[in-house]
Amino acid sequence: MWDYVKLIVLGTIALCGAVAANYARDFGYEVHAILITVVAAGMFVWQLRRIDEPKPVPTDEYLDGVIRAGVIATMFWGVVGMLAGVFIASQLAFPSLNFIWAHGYLNFGRLRPVHTSGVIFAFGGNALLATSFYVVQRTSAARLWGGNLAWFVFWGYNLFIVLAASGYVMGVTQAKEYAEPEWYMDLWLTIVWLAYLAVFLGTIIKRKEPHIYVANWFYLSFIVTIAMLHVFNNLSIPVSIFGSKSVQVFSGVQDMMVQWWYGHNAVGFFLTAGFLGMMYYFVPKQAERPVYSYKLSIIHFWALIFLYIWAGPHHLHYTALPDWASTLGMVFSIMLWMPSWGGMINGLMTLSGAWDKLRTDPIMRMMVVSVGFYGMSTFEGPMMSIKAVNSLSHYTDWTIGHVHSGALGWNGMITFGALYFLTPRLWNRDRLYSLKLVSWHFWLATIGIVLYASSMWVSGIMEGLMWREVDAQGYLVNSFADTVAARFPMLVTRATGGSLYLTGVLIMAFNLWKTATAMPEKAPAATAVPAE
Amino acid sequence: MSEKKPQSHGKNQVETTGHTWDGIEELNNPLPKWWLYTFYACILFAAVYTVLYPAWPLFSGETPGILGYSTRGAEAAEMKTWEAQNAPLQTKLDAADLTTVKDDPALLQYANSAGAAVFKTYCIQCHGAGAAGNKGYPNLLDDDWLHGGTIDAIYTTIQHGVRSPTDPDTRPAPDMPAWGETLKPEEITSVVQYVLKISGQTFDATAADAGAKVFTDNCTACHGDDAKGNKDMGAPNLTDAIWLYGGDQATITQTVEKGRSGVMPSWSTGSAKLSEADIRSVALYVHGLGGGQ
Repeated sequence: MWDYVKLIVLGTIALCGAVAANYARDFGYEVHAILITVVAAGMFVWQLRRIDEPKPVPTDEYLDGVIRAGVIATMFWGVVGMLAGVFIASQLAFPSLNFIWAHGYLNFGRLRPVHTSGVIFAFGGNALLATSFYVVQRTSAARLWGGNLAWFVFWGYNLFIVLAASGYVMGVTQAKEYAEPEWYMDLWLTIVWLAYLAVFLGTIIKRKEPHIYVANWFYLSFIVTIAMLHVFNNLSIPVSIFGSKSVQVFSGVQDMMVQWWYGHNAVGFFLTAGFLGMMYYFVPKQAERPVYSYKLSIIHFWALIFLYIWAGPHHLHYTALPDWASTLGMVFSIMLWMPSWGGMINGLMTLSGAWDKLRTDPIMRMMVVSVGFYGMSTFEGPMMSIKAVNSLSHYTDWTIGHVHSGALGWNGMITFGALYFLTPRLWNRDRLYSLKLVSWHFWLATIGIVLYASSMWVSGIMEGLMWREVDAQGYLVNSFADTVAARFPMLVTRATGGSLYLTGVLIMAFNLWKTATAMPEKAPAATAVPAE
Repeated sequence: MSEKKPQSHGKNQVETTGHTWDGIEELNNPLPKWWLYTFYACILFAAVYTVLYPAWPLFSGETPGILGYSTRGAEAAEMKTWEAQNAPLQTKLDAADLTTVKDDPALLQYANSAGAAVFKTYCIQCHGAGAAGNKGYPNLLDDDWLHGGTIDAIYTTIQHGVRSPTDPDTRPAPDMPAWGETLKPEEITSVVQYVLKISGQTFDATAADAGAKVFTDNCTACHGDDAKGNKDMGAPNLTDAIWLYGGDQATITQTVEKGRSGVMPSWSTGSAKLSEADIRSVALYVHGLGGGQ
């Protein structure tokens, strides 16, 4: 019965896609409609060939196939997203890389969201999907709820990413930073995300452990809040059901405020809460030490969740936003400093008694550097939210440096640590292919981040000072073009740092590939029974 | 679930909470004191700040803050300070005869300062940040002027633009016609050789001789018998090494065939209108760049 429902749904989607492609008002929409038709038709045929065949009954093991797929997708999108990043960084330094023949497709404006969505949502998102599925099963001692629903979440999410990224290149965008995908992709992501919530929550509900582990609090808060942010920030009305363009329901300063409420909490809940979930599982596992303080984890969790959601207005200092909203955004950001550091303290102090591992274990070293960068950027953030500091830093490269010390340092390094931890276990190998390559990756990434962040600090502060410099008569001294010219050496350094970081990721991809394909299988241990 | 057991943790013996997840335990360490007090300090700072500055939304308006601060107010006050400081000089500049400003150092310095700011906002998009020009946009650093390089001529050009569609008083500059429509291809080839000859470049002697007649018949009306141009019509001098669009054979051929019709906006009309003081100061600034006559 269920198989027939699936067939009907897939057939309907394929048909509607074909109709939509036929009536499409714009090129991007047409390409997407054809893509959806092809995917749905392919799945229809696949489903038809398997219909009424006996289904293998899942044994009592964890559902790990989807996590393996998630690890591969994380690695793949990491390379794609960071390659796009290195390329656009080079375009900024050398504008002739905006090739005339590729104008309208591969120029900076089109590729920039490919980079940001590629690393945040594709790389980071797949890392969060994979690790949350892994962690929630292990710490709940329960198989993922909902049968193969987790597979739907994985493929559905990655389809969303393909649609979004191809849309950017073709100019399908609603021009909201980090929320560029147009209405039909937003609707699809909403469905996928609710399925994700169901899988995660269902697994927690049927857990065999008496308590919910702290990592799962963070993952759950991330999933719930992102659902809310995504829906509100993407409230829009399509111009035509057969076209990609839509119009936002909010306008002016309200639209701006909703956008940065979303934007800031994409950082707060996607890149902070979600990744803290990762940190709370993989750091104690890799260090083989207990978490430092249960009490601290409770206090900093609730403080973080409560305070983050109000901090968005600090992105809009000195704009049309009223002063009172600006003030609140600033003071909530300052109060957020210590709750953010609670996570850093718990991560670092978990290592007490195991500091010697830093010398011998490059994976541990990655995790520690990651937590260190987390602490640094969560101090820098509140500082930059102070209006006086912001008047210097806003719109400059300093912001880019801040974002990347968080993204490359914290999100990237903790993800690398988690992937190095997961791969041998998921593919049932004794160990990684090469720890030496992990060391290489560690140093390339660390040097890359240092070059990136320090060049952007120098560049940003220089820009801020040049923009505001006035002469004795009160007239501005520099033109905008002067500041662009002055940035050149820093832009080259930044692109170099990014290239080093990307090289590290390529080494990692090679290392993980070899681990999964060339290492001997682990001797079969006793059957995997969910931990008591 | 394991029993609560003491864990060696630095100097202190702290118990775990007794829970285990996939082998992970949690210690029950207290909140670090410095962490807690810093958190309290941040909350206190936040509370005080919201009393001092506009912060809490109410039913009508918001709490104004006891300092009476507003972003727009602070910005307006700063602008007012500068305006008050500059007002005497600005009045003086508006009334001044531009040719004599150079004799008043304080006024000249003010005009240069203000003019530089105007230039960097409105002019560099075409003329370049260093005023060295670009293809089709004249270099303002040299002493070669299409419409005159005296302070009054520069002032008029900025005020009314060149071929500006919005300003009836714009510089009367006829377009360079597209001679490809009237001259034969071989006539164009030969007149280009003639232009190469008079500008001191390598040329084909036979073609240039033929081109001399084509030039006399068609070009002298604007560029003059001696080809040294005409400032009243904005016709460039063709005998020097300075070129607006380029002096190589290919570019000259293109110019002759397709014509040219560059536009400079009128800055005293239209939507991007500048104030009289701005126009005066930027004229003095450009005049002072090195090529002013």
